Amino acid sequence: MRKGFITGPVLGALWLIVMATTVAVAMSFATGAAFRPQLLLCLLWGAVAGLIYVRFAPRHALARLTISGVMALAMASPVGPVVTGEGVSSSAVLVAMIALGGGMHLAMAAILQDTPFGTLTRHEYEAAVIRFLTGFGYIFFTAIVLIPFYVMVMTSLKSQQALLQNPLDFSVEISKGAELFRSYVELFRDFNFGTYLWTSFYVSVLTVAITLAFSVPGAYAVARFRFKGQKAFSRSILLIYMVPMIVLALPIYIAFSMTGLRNSILGIVMIYPVTTIPVALYMLQGYFRGLPTEVEEAGLMDGLSRLAVIWKITLPLSLPALASVSLYVFMIAWNEFLLAFMLLDDPSKFTLTRGVAMLNSSEIPRQHLMAGAVIATVPIMVLFLGLERFMTKGLTAGSVKG
Amino acid sequence: MSTALPPTGTGALAKREARLAWGLLAPTLISVALVVVLPLLAVIWISFKPFALSDLRPPAPIVRESLRGSGDEMRVEYRVRNSSQEETIQGVTLRDHVPEGVEIIGDLPEVCTLTGRDLFCDFGDMEGGERERLRLPITANLDEDTLEAAVEDSEPTMTGAGKSVLTSPALSMENYKRLFDGGEFWTVFGVTMFYTVFGTIGALVMGLFGALLLNKSFTGQGLVRGLYLFPYVAPVIAVAFTWVTLFDPFSGSANALLIQMGVTESAINFFGDRPLALIMVTVFEIWRYFPLSFLFILARMQSIDSSMYEAADMDGASPFQKFWLLSLPQLLGILSVLFLLRFIWTFNKFDDIFLLTGGNAGTRTLTVNVYEQAFAISNIGAGAAVAVVILLCLLCFSFFFFKFISREEGL
Repeated sequence: MRKGFITGPVLGALWLIVMATTVAVAMSFATGAAFRPQLLLCLLWGAVAGLIYVRFAPRHALARLTISGVMALAMASPVGPVVTGEGVSSSAVLVAMIALGGGMHLAMAAILQDTPFGTLTRHEYEAAVIRFLTGFGYIFFTAIVLIPFYVMVMTSLKSQQALLQNPLDFSVEISKGAELFRSYVELFRDFNFGTYLWTSFYVSVLTVAITLAFSVPGAYAVARFRFKGQKAFSRSILLIYMVPMIVLALPIYIAFSMTGLRNSILGIVMIYPVTTIPVALYMLQGYFRGLPTEVEEAGLMDGLSRLAVIWKITLPLSLPALASVSLYVFMIAWNEFLLAFMLLDDPSKFTLTRGVAMLNSSEIPRQHLMAGAVIATVPIMVLFLGLERFMTKGLTAGSVKG
Repeated sequence: MSTALPPTGTGALAKREARLAWGLLAPTLISVALVVVLPLLAVIWISFKPFALSDLRPPAPIVRESLRGSGDEMRVEYRVRNSSQEETIQGVTLRDHVPEGVEIIGDLPEVCTLTGRDLFCDFGDMEGGERERLRLPITANLDEDTLEAAVEDSEPTMTGAGKSVLTSPALSMENYKRLFDGGEFWTVFGVTMFYTVFGTIGALVMGLFGALLLNKSFTGQGLVRGLYLFPYVAPVIAVAFTWVTLFDPFSGSANALLIQMGVTESAINFFGDRPLALIMVTVFEIWRYFPLSFLFILARMQSIDSSMYEAADMDGASPFQKFWLLSLPQLLGILSVLFLLRFIWTFNKFDDIFLLTGGNAGTRTLTVNVYEQAFAISNIGAGAAVAVVILLCLLCFSFFFFKFISREEGL
């Protein structure tokens, strides 16, 4: 197995399958036209290419470019690695050719660099396999993450008719101008999405505020003071993590129905923080433990009370952690669906997630649902990308809550 | 001369600190007790009750007052009924004010007395589903509209209360019996285990793969890391509906793509066909939660001491050897903790399956079954029984978890 003339063709063949599938899927999604990878031909072309790339070192660029170029040009014939259907525009075919040939050349040159034709050492062999897996991994993960979001955004811009006609055609007709955003306009005008957006926003902000107000003192107490039951307490926080929401939602639904809190924002604001307090408390106490006690002790020596120490020393020092926790809690509250779904029935009081759930009916066209999904996703994504550093820290700080 | 001894027992300072600690914890404790502990006890209580959605309101007498007839043949009618079909209501009485200008003529019904303008009727106990009708002939010197308004303005007040199913002390095993009757429970349990085990392992393996990819610094690493977290950060409702749209058998892009590529002849109903639907929801679970394992594993990888790898390089270890013999043992701790945590949370997952398939096509897990029983079949008691089974399972899992977590510090 560890021979250059075997490793090269095998990796080449596998890589061409990856490449051809990627190009075909990407072109199909971009143009809606028919592109189909031919697996057997891919194996053949890829094996030949792999062989040539291990046989000829980079200084023989001509041989390498020729095979990649011929392979790409073969797309025009029925024996190429990717065949195109009827009525595919020539520019699309050209783009696919360039992507396939260029991708193949660059990737093969990288994967099979320093791979001799004859016997490989264990290092050379494994390095080549790892480079192949890395390339595959990047394409694979990027595809599975991006495709759903791409479909979500593009579907929201299409009309029902166009979608049924060719579900693959996501090309945007720029000429339609503002018409493109019809679903969004209708959601805001006829479905009250402006109100939902606002409700979701202030419910989330209130949740963050209440959560912090409860969990900061609690976390400080767990992190700094020694008292009986401290260990049992930290464990029970984790235990509460493990209670499924649906189990709690049942009695909460009954209690709220009986007390008239169902269908009120007050009820939602009362219940959301309690689901996030344990998480926040757990994250914060980990951070507080890491802060040096000396600073606080100095404050105590200078005559500050414990509460003043928390307020004037600990909190300013833990601003990054507070930001992480706030973001995380905001995300949980913003994305929360189950409780909003069970406790809110009155369309004037919906949160955004509840509003999107309402759009999931056969009478409302799909692009409205997708537009709703986009409206729910965009604010949290903007927040996330803007503050990614805090967010990842917040996520790793001690929460594995799903 | 007395020897100085270190102080024993709890000193004043320690006491004060403990008091402050509990004071700081009190708000959290109280709220958590109210919203977590109390509901849990309630669920256990309800699971022993035959409690349907319609029993949410305790049985109460319901009255409707109306003015019938015209001219000389006028009468006021009270129709009283028991809101519950089964429960008896005790001590049902009716009080009403007879408005000015209205006179009751003829004999009062047996159960009623009139003192001044106050009418009082005592119905005693009302059986479940019982109805009563009182007819009071009246004369009035008001015109018809004002009369109607006057009669209906004075709302009759009712007393009488029945036992709510919820508060009665009778317990029954009915819900559990029905739950374990027939093979349905074990099917649901099997589906839950499939979903949980494969969802957890899949997310871990994908997360490990992703972390290995990003465990080197290059420009744009932060961006790629942020991108790979998208599935987890986006609202579940948005991504779940996107998947449903993407895999729709009629207008879904995935089917169009597969047909075009010649993988399949006709459209596949991804979320509607048995075994496939279960596999799809598991894949969704993996897709949505691999970012989390990825993030944790990456964080752990970056804290592994690099000198170990340098030593391995000196000894001529190959990349695969370094992975198997160095990285993996170092990651075993975080992997096992992640496995246990993810296992528990996947077991608890409700939203995802509920939004994707609604628990149809062989994807009903225990948590979806809670909802199904309580709201679709309107039997809250049965739903609570399923919830109690879930809690028992979780108790077992958390036992393992704590055995591990005390060994694996840091999480």
